[in-house]
Amino acid sequence: MPHDHHDHDHDHDDFHHHGMSPSGHPYRADNDEPLSYWQVMEIAVRELLIEKGHVTPAEIAAQIEAMDARSPANGAAVVARAWTDPAFKQRLLADASAASAEMGFDIGGLRLIAVENTGDVHNVIVCTLCSCYPRNLLGLPPDWYKTRAYRSRTVREPRKVLAEFGLDLPDTTQVRVHDSTADMRYIVLPARPAGTEGMSEEDLAALVTRDSMIGTGLPKTP
Amino acid sequence: MDKVRVKSMMPPGHVRAPAYLRGRTGVIERALGEFANPELLAYGHFNGPKKPLYRVRFTMAEIWGDAAEHPDDTIDAEIYGHWLDPVPDTP
Repeated sequence: MPHDHHDHDHDHDDFHHHGMSPSGHPYRADNDEPLSYWQVMEIAVRELLIEKGHVTPAEIAAQIEAMDARSPANGAAVVARAWTDPAFKQRLLADASAASAEMGFDIGGLRLIAVENTGDVHNVIVCTLCSCYPRNLLGLPPDWYKTRAYRSRTVREPRKVLAEFGLDLPDTTQVRVHDSTADMRYIVLPARPAGTEGMSEEDLAALVTRDSMIGTGLPKTP
Repeated sequence: MDKVRVKSMMPPGHVRAPAYLRGRTGVIERALGEFANPELLAYGHFNGPKKPLYRVRFTMAEIWGDAAEHPDDTIDAEIYGHWLDPVPDTP
């Protein structure tokens, strides 16, 4: 366990001597460094928009809250619906933007494509040029999704990358990598796990992991 | 399916045709409609002509040759029409 440091002396007076928090980790430094160029630009534009009456601070705070509230639970709800409702699944595969908007998860000006995993095909999503990600359904991307290693290796050696995520695919499965290079965003529709017959949509959604919708994992089994 | 080759030019600017696909041949997986051209948008030209966008499917063998991890695996990417040349089917 990362918080067990039995070799450390957790005597109360020692915390301050060693600059450690009671959990045994260093305190985070105060952000006293000067603002970057872009931080200054953001503050200037925001203050001007407020000063000129285009937006209010409350509207900005509400928008940040709405953006932070998006999570993989949205995508999991869409996947569970597709598993239980064949007509919805058809609509999702035909036009994923419209189908997810139906459930209240609007993607705005972008377009969403759902790609389906089957017995023979496994899909995985990457953005080699930057970090395009279906934020309306999955929230903010994980840090590894934005790394040069994931972005460059997933198009070159996807099977090795997937194996590092714990996903070993047989040679008989075709891997389809989707590079989000332009205006589309992608979500993987994972295959419904065996042994889930008769489960409710809500219980099924709990099996759908974020990584299973990026393609770097599979749904949990009950 | 329509065979296309990504142009192999390397112009400066905000280009979204990835370098690793330039000069490579694939098939059009689907047409996506017309979209604003990022090569103009990036420089503040918001009303330039729209460009057709396609999803093009490449095999790993086509992209990486003998170094491909698994030749029949594929990569799909979105490529704008002005970056694609048609490749006639050779009989």
